[in-house]
Amino acid sequence: MEYSIFVLLLPMIMFLFIGLLQGKLKGQSAGIIGTISMSLTTIIAYAVAFDYFFSPESKIDGIYQKIVEYNWVWLQLTENLHIDLGILLDPISCMMLVVITTVSLMVHIYSLGYMHGERGFARYYAFLSLFSFSMLGLVVATNIFQMYIFWELVGVSSYLLIGFYYTKPAAIAASKKAFIVTRFADLGFLIGILVLSFYAQSFSFTDLTAPGGVALSSAAGVSFLGASAAAWGLSLIFVGGAGKSAMFPLHIWLPDAMEGPTPVSALIHAATMVVAGVYLVARMFPLYIDAAPEVLPGIAYVGAFTSLFAAVIACFQSDIKRVLAFSTISQIGFMIVALGVSGMGGHDGLGYMAGMWHLFTHAMFKALLFLGAGAVIHAVHSNEMSAMGGLRKYMPVTHITFLIACLAIAGIPPFSGFFSKDEILSACLEFSPVMFALMAGIAGLTAFYMFRLYYRIFWSTPTDVSHHTPHEAPAVMYLPLIFLAAVTLVAGFIPFGDFVTSDGAVYHIHINWTVATISIVVAVVAIAIATVKYMKEKSKAPENPLNNVGAFYRAAYRRFYIDEVYMFVTHKIIFAYISRPIKWFDRHVVDGFMNFLAWGANALSGLIKGFQSGQVQQYAYVFVLGVIILIVIALAL
Amino acid sequence: MNFLSLFVLLPLLTLAGLWLSKNLKQVHAVAVTGASALLILTVYLTVDFLLQRAAGNTAEMLYTASVMWFEPLNIHYAVGVDGISVSMLLLTSIILFTGVFASWTIVDQAKEYYMWFLLLTLGVYGFFISIDLFTMFMFYEVALIPMYLLIGLWGSGGKEYAAMKLTLMLMGGSAFLMIGIIGIYLNSAPEGGELTMNLLEISKVLIPMEVQRWLFPLVFIGFGVLGAMFPFHTWSPDGHASAPTAVSMLHAGVLMKLGGYGCFRVAIYLMPEAANELAWIFLTLTGISVVYGAFGAILQKDLKYINAYSSVSHCGLVLFAILMLNQTAMTGAIMQMLSHGLMTALFFALIGMIYGRTHTRNIDEMSGLMKVMPFLAVCYVIAGLASLGLPGLSGFVAEMTVFVGSWEHTDMFHRVFTVVACCSIVITAVYILRVVGKILYGEVENKHHLELGDAVWHERIPVVILIVVIAAIGMYPLLVSDMISDSLVSVIGQLAR
Repeated sequence: MEYSIFVLLLPMIMFLFIGLLQGKLKGQSAGIIGTISMSLTTIIAYAVAFDYFFSPESKIDGIYQKIVEYNWVWLQLTENLHIDLGILLDPISCMMLVVITTVSLMVHIYSLGYMHGERGFARYYAFLSLFSFSMLGLVVATNIFQMYIFWELVGVSSYLLIGFYYTKPAAIAASKKAFIVTRFADLGFLIGILVLSFYAQSFSFTDLTAPGGVALSSAAGVSFLGASAAAWGLSLIFVGGAGKSAMFPLHIWLPDAMEGPTPVSALIHAATMVVAGVYLVARMFPLYIDAAPEVLPGIAYVGAFTSLFAAVIACFQSDIKRVLAFSTISQIGFMIVALGVSGMGGHDGLGYMAGMWHLFTHAMFKALLFLGAGAVIHAVHSNEMSAMGGLRKYMPVTHITFLIACLAIAGIPPFSGFFSKDEILSACLEFSPVMFALMAGIAGLTAFYMFRLYYRIFWSTPTDVSHHTPHEAPAVMYLPLIFLAAVTLVAGFIPFGDFVTSDGAVYHIHINWTVATISIVVAVVAIAIATVKYMKEKSKAPENPLNNVGAFYRAAYRRFYIDEVYMFVTHKIIFAYISRPIKWFDRHVVDGFMNFLAWGANALSGLIKGFQSGQVQQYAYVFVLGVIILIVIALAL
Repeated sequence: MNFLSLFVLLPLLTLAGLWLSKNLKQVHAVAVTGASALLILTVYLTVDFLLQRAAGNTAEMLYTASVMWFEPLNIHYAVGVDGISVSMLLLTSIILFTGVFASWTIVDQAKEYYMWFLLLTLGVYGFFISIDLFTMFMFYEVALIPMYLLIGLWGSGGKEYAAMKLTLMLMGGSAFLMIGIIGIYLNSAPEGGELTMNLLEISKVLIPMEVQRWLFPLVFIGFGVLGAMFPFHTWSPDGHASAPTAVSMLHAGVLMKLGGYGCFRVAIYLMPEAANELAWIFLTLTGISVVYGAFGAILQKDLKYINAYSSVSHCGLVLFAILMLNQTAMTGAIMQMLSHGLMTALFFALIGMIYGRTHTRNIDEMSGLMKVMPFLAVCYVIAGLASLGLPGLSGFVAEMTVFVGSWEHTDMFHRVFTVVACCSIVITAVYILRVVGKILYGEVENKHHLELGDAVWHERIPVVILIVVIAAIGMYPLLVSDMISDSLVSVIGQLAR
């Protein structure tokens, strides 16, 4: 599978090509070139995945192996530690190749319509290529440092794309926020790498995840503040993952990131980059199990809390992209929970398999939801629910595909989300009944807020109908919707356990019908409530969604004031109590001391310069005085 | 004649050429020729150096030569280079070449300006090739003096104050340094024999510990002032803010590296025992520098002040890494010198070009420049991304090498300071993105700015060259890292003796 290198090369060349020539290229041609190149990349990625999963070489005794296709030393750090760049193929990286290229290609095509006529069209496609390159590089990383490198690169592509409308203040603020919050989390990732690599003396995933946790054997017995070195390292790595995957309390950047163009939200902030944290944990999973199993339940609790928290907020938002953003956070919470409750191998590894599966299905239906939302926004020129309603008559394709995605995320069979969510819930049940109940409840909330969204967009009567009649999106936009909807319809029937499992061996999926029944009932009830409440609703007056609502509604609408807490900490504490005093201290104390020295030297010279007055009488006077003093001293001795 | 002496001779020839030139055109022609010749020479030196190393020449210093200068004190004009000096020479030549173009718009007494500029580089080149303490110190002083005139005459704002402050503080540093050097000289033959100033010879003797304890801090502070070590850094913001563009480039890009290089080559190489014992004191100071500079930059309004404080932070990391006293961290330190030199030169060049158009450096008075001058704005973003350590640009490799190297120490003290230094990657992101968001993005608020033009050819040349080099090191770090780390073996040997 030597040709796998082209999966990386093509987008990189495309980025340089479009990026450097963007002034010369006519907008539309940049888009078409980018899309063609992305199609080729997709074909190659599919071929790689197909080859990997179906060729006998990748299996030994029926167990999928990690194949290091390329590995070049990029930077030698110490005798043992060196950063390599290469390509690692294994079940999860091949699955991610498929997910990323599929969604990226759909977004490339869709954007030809959505971004048509935008200023900076070529720049947009250059950044899309940069992102695709970075994300693909991230998933095929052979070592944790390569992952960190591409991790930073996806971060910057996300920054550039969120801030694509760079004249819009909200977009500038959002891009800055996204970068800095994830950078803060990356600090944890970096220190985690330092800790782990110090003991393992290797960055390579093959070494780090070697069976039995041998990589960290030299760290045995080392502990700090009551936790083992391995636990520290792996927790810090998870902090990095939590930042990218928007886990509480580092989630605040994701809702704001919706300021970017909608196709970007679909690609980066729904399907691919935000699941990088999940992917990271999955990548390091054997090490978590062997070296620090005590960290995993912690990860599960973080995921569960985030999932609940985001689901509650999603029920109260009025901007459709914000609803989808919180829904993404909540669904990533599901994946994180799945990994956190998982064990290793066979049936114990159910959570791992389920988490990866949910990653796959979620990427497809959430990209579909975002692209559908983009079509709606394109039609009504607003993100607010109040500007929508009754759109099913005008936009039939968008309506049907959006409904399919809603059913999938709500967990209704036979749509893909049902199957993956069901496996997660089964895994939770084996972890603890409380966790199961909680996650099932969140699944209900999910169904409720998704159908609230669905009815408000496509059913209820609009109040604000001043704008022209909405129309269906052009074919270049609705074809990707149809494709993704088709995937959502069939993805549930993929025997996922044949491909991706915690230990690489085949695992036969059984639907646990008790769990399935409970989750279907919960979802149906939630949808029923939403139907009663929102189907025939006359939407509220658009002025202020906070009129006549309770305190809880207000708090949830304001996202429980977490952003305000951050603003308080950064501006009122860090800026006002660290930066400003340092600025003052530097000018007045450090520099003041230097100026004081200069002033002192000056003053001293002012005192002495009087002696050089040029007056002979004064010189004679001083001379005589000096002689007298000398005589006195001589006599005294 | 020794090949390395060309690095002193060529600037001298250029100086003579400048002195003879009659008009601005000739001045430019001579300056460009001289700078190109030096750049070619440095590239040739680098290639030849690498070839010699590949051929198995393992001598500590290559191209060594020594000529008796002042017999009674055994002072020589002695030169020689290792991988570290070569990389510094390369940096100097790149900054000189780009600096010549960045000074294109200076027409007022341009001839004198370029002459002082060349004299300054002469000092820098001489410093990097010297292996005799006396010659080194002499060239060091040659590099400092022109700075006073360049800022005082061609500067802006409170230039007299800034020039005076900078010169006095750096001279204060060299006073420490001179005592240190004389002290080393007097103790260079503790078992009897002839006293010497030659670095290689002194490195073989063991300077008595009780002397080292005094001399090490003197030399380290002496060079540390130039390396903008807390609390001796305050000349930097004022000095940079007032200096003309190319002088800021050369000063922050190269001259500040003299500090790091000196600390490494004189303080640590000659007095390794004291370095092992006293490193913690300076590690504390430089660790403070790293975060202090970064926090200091957050609330500044003037672009040059922001960059000056950012330099305090980045140069702090250089000294910090040197004091980690192991091969990886030191390799990182030298790479950070290179990287910081290139990107800070790029920053100052761009700030100069923006200032030349908007006539303000206050970030509150600019906005939306991306629309007006897209080329300069994109380059500014690239410089910013390099500064905050984006992979693929040089800052990342340097910082990561430093952090991995620093983590090799297992004690709590080093670990804590390493974590503190790592925090700078977040703070840097804050102040860089703040500036980028404020001045480049958004709508153009000042209507006069709408009429401004983008970069012209003599502005594009330096900017493109700097970006290409930054990206080259960032994408293929083995280009320099091997050369540097091989040359560190002798220092590491010293530290372990």
